Amino acid sequence: MSQKVLLSSKEINIILHRLACQLLENHLDFKNTVLIGLQPRGIYLAQRLNDILKSEYGVKHIDLGFLDITFYRDDFRRGDKTLEANKTNINFLVEDKNVVLVDDVLYTGRSIRSALTAIQSFGRPLDIELLTLIDRRFSRHLPIQPNYRGRQVDAINNEKVKVMWKENDGEDTVYLIKTTA
Amino acid sequence: MSELSVNHLLGIKYLKEKDIQLIFETADHFKEVINRSIKKVPSLRDITIANVFFENSTRTKLSFELAEKRLSADVINFSAGQSSVKKGETLVDTVNNILSMKVDMVVMRHPNPGAGIFLSKHVKAAIVNAGDGAHEHPTQALLDSYSIREKLGDVAGKNVVIVGDILHSRVALSNIFALKLQGANVKVCGPKTLIPKYIESLGVEVETDLRKALNWCDVANMLRIQNERLDISYFPTTREYTQQFGVNKKLLESLDKEIVIMHPGPINRGVEITSDVADSKQSIILNQVENGVAIRMAVIYLLASKIK
Repeated sequence: MSQKVLLSSKEINIILHRLACQLLENHLDFKNTVLIGLQPRGIYLAQRLNDILKSEYGVKHIDLGFLDITFYRDDFRRGDKTLEANKTNINFLVEDKNVVLVDDVLYTGRSIRSALTAIQSFGRPLDIELLTLIDRRFSRHLPIQPNYRGRQVDAINNEKVKVMWKENDGEDTVYLIKTTA
Repeated sequence: MSELSVNHLLGIKYLKEKDIQLIFETADHFKEVINRSIKKVPSLRDITIANVFFENSTRTKLSFELAEKRLSADVINFSAGQSSVKKGETLVDTVNNILSMKVDMVVMRHPNPGAGIFLSKHVKAAIVNAGDGAHEHPTQALLDSYSIREKLGDVAGKNVVIVGDILHSRVALSNIFALKLQGANVKVCGPKTLIPKYIESLGVEVETDLRKALNWCDVANMLRIQNERLDISYFPTTREYTQQFGVNKKLLESLDKEIVIMHPGPINRGVEITSDVADSKQSIILNQVENGVAIRMAVIYLLASKIK
């Protein structure tokens, strides 16, 4: 197994600010927009964007929620392991709202497909956008593309992209990990 | 640890402590799901579950059926009263006939202890025991512990007294196994005629004075007097039982501390507990019912994920 750094802490910080600005451009005061971080690892990105928008761009209030998609996945009973759930925490309705789904890595698109189903349990959104820090090109199983992307990466199938967050992993870094098959 | 150590839920006796924790953690997520405006998830859409009830049940059957439907499973119901069982069909034949319609899981209630265990050895499906005679009622014990955990934060170290007919109660036996497994202290309280002779071998103490038992406990689980199972007289009259082992508001308020009151239902109001106790803020009886759906969703989800 070998790994190389795709994004350093400084690069991540610059990208987060750019993504925040792109969100602002489209949603301005976030009055009718909600940020939904996908469990387990999209929640850190959503929280960061929420913090940056509030502290540096003067957005007063953002509805921020965390969505777990475990019970909506399409691979139930297909792997060896029981799929373990995480906490969903959305204490508002998304009815007629602009929803921005936030996840760290976009790979096959299957998680996002599940999230599109899951979010309907909280109402009928006006529209749904997708924001990801890393977009793995050429690996999609479904016709799903991000509206906002941090960095596009070409990685082959036995490579893994791992996003580390300070609050959970002690550092802000994105690694490309090569598993020797 | 992310999966159950068993392929069937036959009794608490066959579970490990970490199984119970996994079920509780999964139930936490389902509890959030059933409090949404859309209370359904698509996880089990390719699973078919048969609810096979050889004995009367209202709330357990409803609770299981609701749990199955909330998980998007296909559900068929079977009650012995209207079936070929009356014509002399054996249990294995009955269930195999149901299974040949491509059923993946069987939830069964049966008057004979061990019916679920027997079935699990002879048919190819995941079995959930929804009560087998006076043996076990595992999902009831799980939801009882889950409700204690929700109310008091933890089950370990808590003092729980089970009051009533311990002899005929599958709820009592499953609860004793579950509570001991999680490190709670358990006493049973009731007329001596309704307490099994060797109950202490399960690590529980017997207390025949209700007031003492209630002063000791954090939680009192009041069992129903099951008149349908009392083949002979175990106590002189219901009135005398109520006087000695019934809980009323006056008794509750005279205790040293505020205890939690539970009841697996259906309540004989005025026998085990009076109405003002059942409806008081110390009672978590309706929470138990709500938690029952979440617990059964968790059990079914976790067992279904092991069906290959």
